[in-house]
Amino acid sequence: MVSMNLCTDQLAMLLADEGQLISVSHIAFDPLASPMVEEAGKYPANYGQAEEVFAMRPDMVLAGVYSDPYTIGLLRRLGVDVVQFPLERDFDAIRANILKMGEVLGRESAARRMVAQFDADLAAFEADVAEQPTALLHYANNYTSGDKSLAHEILRAAGLVNATTEAGITVAGAVPLERLVLLMPDLVISGQAYPGASRAEEVLDHPALRRLRERQAGAALTDAEWVCGTPFVLRAVARLVDIRKRM
Amino acid sequence: MALRVSLFLALGVLFTLSVMIGPAGLSLADTIRALFLGQGDAATLVMREIRLPRAILAVLVGASLGLSGAAMQGYLRNPLAEPGLIGVSGSAALGAVIVLQTGLAAAWWLALPMAALAGALAAVLLILLLAGPRGSSLTLILAGIAISALAGAMTTLVLNLSPNPFAASEVVFWMMGSLSDRSFDHVWIALPFMVIGWSLLLSLGRPLDVLTLGEDAAATMGVETRRVRMLLVLGIASCVGAATAVAGAIGFVGLVVPHILRPFVGARPSSLLWASALGGAVMVLAADLAVRLILPERDLKLGVLMAIIGAPFFLHLIYKTRGELR
Amino acid sequence: MTLLSLENLTVRRGECPVVDHVSLSVRAGECVGLIGPNGAGKTTLMRAALGLESFSGMSNLAGMNAVERARMAAFLPQARQIAWPMTVETLVALGRVPHLPRGTKPGDADRAAIDEALHRLGLDGFRHRIATQLSGGEQGRVLIARALAQQTPLLLADEPIAGLDPAQQIATMQVFSGLAQEGRAVVVSLHDLGLAARHCTRLVLMHLGRLVADGPPEQVLTPDLMAQVFGISIWRQDSPLGPVLQPMGVL
Repeated sequence: MVSMNLCTDQLAMLLADEGQLISVSHIAFDPLASPMVEEAGKYPANYGQAEEVFAMRPDMVLAGVYSDPYTIGLLRRLGVDVVQFPLERDFDAIRANILKMGEVLGRESAARRMVAQFDADLAAFEADVAEQPTALLHYANNYTSGDKSLAHEILRAAGLVNATTEAGITVAGAVPLERLVLLMPDLVISGQAYPGASRAEEVLDHPALRRLRERQAGAALTDAEWVCGTPFVLRAVARLVDIRKRM
Repeated sequence: MALRVSLFLALGVLFTLSVMIGPAGLSLADTIRALFLGQGDAATLVMREIRLPRAILAVLVGASLGLSGAAMQGYLRNPLAEPGLIGVSGSAALGAVIVLQTGLAAAWWLALPMAALAGALAAVLLILLLAGPRGSSLTLILAGIAISALAGAMTTLVLNLSPNPFAASEVVFWMMGSLSDRSFDHVWIALPFMVIGWSLLLSLGRPLDVLTLGEDAAATMGVETRRVRMLLVLGIASCVGAATAVAGAIGFVGLVVPHILRPFVGARPSSLLWASALGGAVMVLAADLAVRLILPERDLKLGVLMAIIGAPFFLHLIYKTRGELR
Repeated sequence: MTLLSLENLTVRRGECPVVDHVSLSVRAGECVGLIGPNGAGKTTLMRAALGLESFSGMSNLAGMNAVERARMAAFLPQARQIAWPMTVETLVALGRVPHLPRGTKPGDADRAAIDEALHRLGLDGFRHRIATQLSGGEQGRVLIARALAQQTPLLLADEPIAGLDPAQQIATMQVFSGLAQEGRAVVVSLHDLGLAARHCTRLVLMHLGRLVADGPPEQVLTPDLMAQVFGISIWRQDSPLGPVLQPMGVL
């Protein structure tokens, strides 16, 4: 198996047997996007190019539904079996993808065990609390992810209310900073800045948001665990629950 | 006198509107209460940390650019001279981008404005070298084209080489300019350099008046040309550098404003300095307001609006002076 | 009193001396005509005397600080430049700048100087006209008025009557000689030898950078010198209207 997509990389690394997985995408090595950088080190990286992948002679290629359609088309024409996994936008999708990965790898029982563990860990969070603080998801360029996103589900699982969706802003996209500030969230969860500098990320540290953060206990940042639908999202939930309890 | 009053009035009105209008949809009463009395947490945050610094920055940037344009035109005795057009803003942007991408700006806050100032300085010196006061309009424009092209290309290169995935698409901001999501952080970075620039340039009023008669006559009337040149170069570098560091390269302000106001001040370069500073502030405030009213949800770059107004204006100016272009 | 004092003034450009060891001294009351063929060094001499060019030798003006010099000598460059469309009054008022310390506005004395300068050059009705819209000759007069408004003991003018019509030429020369009679000193470079003869109290003849003759017109405008320096023959006569001189032919 060759995995071309960050999320399939991780699920494959978690579920695959010895020798099943022969390459992961290069994004798996980016610490800001991948929580499994160390494990990824065991595998050679690929850049999702058809020629490169074909040269590795895989039995199957794992990709996402939004992976480059030309690359995938080319691979299929060359006779390679490509399985595409949908984007995980909620926890049901996570479970489904884990089971699907298990099926594809021939490791169904391992997958089922993983899902069971996932459900158990999730139930352990006391998410139904009376006082649900509001949280704002804030990324570079004043981007917010709306209600059909993994980030939204992570918030809800941690017993927080998504400030933007509460106010009726359900679409993912850039929202003027003024409107975000007006929501006066109890918690500001920011994206992390990449090295180098960009104006897009300058707004993450805007003084208005600094004032809002003064009232919260602990910096809340999204990181690699928020990106893909894997059991790692529960670690993110755990950290948020921690912060919530201290508020 | 009448001109000053009307400019100040326009400034006051536009500033008020600028502070009142925004996507947050606050009522006038809320706005006033939040701004002056600090009532209403959310509204106060929006007013004091988002709208107020943006309006203030528009005034500062506009004044700096208008003043620099008037000073440059006065010295070069050429109505086509403008810091944006002849590559000074572009070079300032290059300086800023280099310092941001190498992390120097994060390490030391002064690095950003000083790098932008250095970039602007290099461009002004180069322009004076190539097309100084004795040079023709043609040489000036050609030198400007070359410097702008070089600065733009280098800026794009630096941004493309950045490890940051957002940086590459930000060439637009640096080339076109924008005041969105600015804060008092930016005001404090720019203000000291702008104030220095303003005082340097405003002190050149009389020398610029006398330079109307040519360099030789001016030299014999007590104008120390070397000192004037140095103050001009430093003043323009300071003003344009600081403005570009926080708002990107905004062109055409220094071209359009002095040209429009010149008849109202009797063509006196000294009066035009003050008038252009005020006029520049009015123009940038108005443009920033328009940008927020036309496409409120998107960040329409300020420079786009300036170019839409300024470029046809520039073409018209070229057409008008085509007989005189030596 | 001596207003301009030059000693062994030499200006070199490359190998050749453009001005070659010129010594000259001008006193109050003199209207000095600086004559010579093109390339003789007249313009360079004036500019060097004022410190606008580097030279070796001594010039009393070049040694002064900028403001002192501005109050001592007014200069009318050959190239008539008016960069911006200002009114005549504003332009002439620029002549008062050397007398106005920083931040002060023109006072009564300044306004009087401006009025007098305008009147002398016949520009009273032109006060509020835009200078750049005037004819070449009128613009020339405006610039002379500026120099007059500067109210300096010494005036140096580089070919100020070029391009003016006969009446304007005579009127301008009369202004200069009038200034000299009032106790100032004027140094004017010009090509019109007839006018030079009639209006200047003293002529200085330059040839290839050197000062060849220096004295009253009848002493300098001799057939020999004219042939030698200009390569022309002249006709000269003292008439009831004053000395008359006309270049006749090329030798």
